Amino acid sequence: MRPINCIIEEVRSEAPLIRTFWLDRNLDPAPGQYVMVWIRGVDEIPMSFSGPDTITVQSVGEASAALFSLGRGSSVGLRGPLGNGFILRGKRILLMGGGVGAAPLAFLGEQAKGAGMRVASLLGFRSKEDLIFRDRFEALGDTIITTDDGSLGIPGRAAAGLKELDLFDYDQIYLCGPEMMMWDIISRTREHAKKTQACINRYFKCAAGICGSCCLDPEGVRVCVEGPVLMADRLAESEFGRYRRGPTGGKGPCRG
Amino acid sequence: MPSLFIHAGGLHLNNPVLLAAGILGTTGASLCRAARAGAGGVVTKSVGSVPREGHPGPNVVHVECGLLNAMGLPNPSYKDFQDEIDTARAGGVPVIASIFGSFAAEFAQIARSLKADAFELNLSCPHAEKYGSELGRYPDLVESVTGAVKAAANVPVWVKLTPNTADILELGLAAQRGGADAIVAINTLKAMAIDIETGYPILGNRFGGLSGPAIKPVAVRCVYELAGRLEIPVIGVGGVSSWEDAVEMIMAGASAVQVGTALLRGYGIFEEITTGLSRYLERKSLTLEELCGLARRRRS
Repeated sequence: MRPINCIIEEVRSEAPLIRTFWLDRNLDPAPGQYVMVWIRGVDEIPMSFSGPDTITVQSVGEASAALFSLGRGSSVGLRGPLGNGFILRGKRILLMGGGVGAAPLAFLGEQAKGAGMRVASLLGFRSKEDLIFRDRFEALGDTIITTDDGSLGIPGRAAAGLKELDLFDYDQIYLCGPEMMMWDIISRTREHAKKTQACINRYFKCAAGICGSCCLDPEGVRVCVEGPVLMADRLAESEFGRYRRGPTGGKGPCRG
Repeated sequence: MPSLFIHAGGLHLNNPVLLAAGILGTTGASLCRAARAGAGGVVTKSVGSVPREGHPGPNVVHVECGLLNAMGLPNPSYKDFQDEIDTARAGGVPVIASIFGSFAAEFAQIARSLKADAFELNLSCPHAEKYGSELGRYPDLVESVTGAVKAAANVPVWVKLTPNTADILELGLAAQRGGADAIVAINTLKAMAIDIETGYPILGNRFGGLSGPAIKPVAVRCVYELAGRLEIPVIGVGGVSSWEDAVEMIMAGASAVQVGTALLRGYGIFEEITTGLSRYLERKSLTLEELCGLARRRRS
């Protein structure tokens, strides 16, 4: 599949470094799936869907900065939707995560609610200014917010909100956020790992399962095609939260 | 079931279906997974002497007849790769380290420093400046690089050739003169794709290498030409996606085959090909040795 040409219909700023881009077509993604976005002449980067026809992007490098320079009417090339997204299970679900990782969770929560499930959320952000999609989450059900600087909700990391919840109340738990946040939550909720789906991030090059740049130790899971959503019990036994490979394939620290 | 065990290019292989270089070869774990899925041997991602991040994306484009890629030789350098090879060896099959450099002494330095079951010299990547086919299209450079690595290494040395040349046989003969233990043919064909909406070349590097079904007939022809003249074994690679393709490649004269792009279908491809090959040999009452080069003996 060659990249599909796609026009950006609208751009909205969600937080200082986060924007949502409305695409001119619905690629029928599952929440948690991603799309390779080709900013022509610059690079191609994986992005998560925040809705059936939206991607929500945090500016972190050259390629996302180039995407931020594009406005309404600009075009990008798209390959996707790709990978395995979240699978809805049970009647009561909990969404946990934060930062730009809230994007696929909001999308997932809306699908879940539409299917008659009960949805609760625990979301962590650096500060009040970084909060995204508050209205979307609050429309879904009970929402607990934490901020690192205490400017809103419970002060501290997302895990600080865990004491407000009884995880046995939920049939399935969905995680998406910075790696160390997810690792922290997974480590503290090990007995729930078998019912926790986590959407993770690795360095993708081919996004087709053949180049090997995103493979997760020690099993060699090809995150770009077998993920990016993986069960937390599998992650608990992996490199996740300990190290990650960068563009050269060499190991480096996990960030965020 | 007939035995698929072979001795080729200085290695004992449980079966002649290997993982090709550049495919799922960045980490020891993914190489190990290929071995456990039934590969007879695994070739690593090419490693050089300094870390490289590779080309900007897109790195891969699916075209009508195959796959185009321009990864750009991303690698952490040989200094940070021995661990991956050691992990890969837990898979229980030979691990062949693919290495690249821009001159003979650079190749030799890497070969001296890495411990692997064999080396495969990347003299054929079609899309990295100063590397791969930029050296590998000159027979004298192929010979001198091969000679330098042979002198530096105490394991078999395989030389992977580029088809982007008028006469691949000349390159094969040069590698043989340099002391190569086997030839691996072929690497990808230099190619490109253009986005007709905007006119942009799709690959970040503009040019890349074409692999997959489109190049199999080219690979079969190259293997046929090489195997007919060389005394060293030829390992066939290029578009092998089924056991039938493997049979065809072996009939052309390949002692073993490597599989790359077909891994798009997943790790199951190794068992699919070895099982099919085994059944074929049984049905035809042939051994692997008898199958090798059969097409050459059918010439009228």
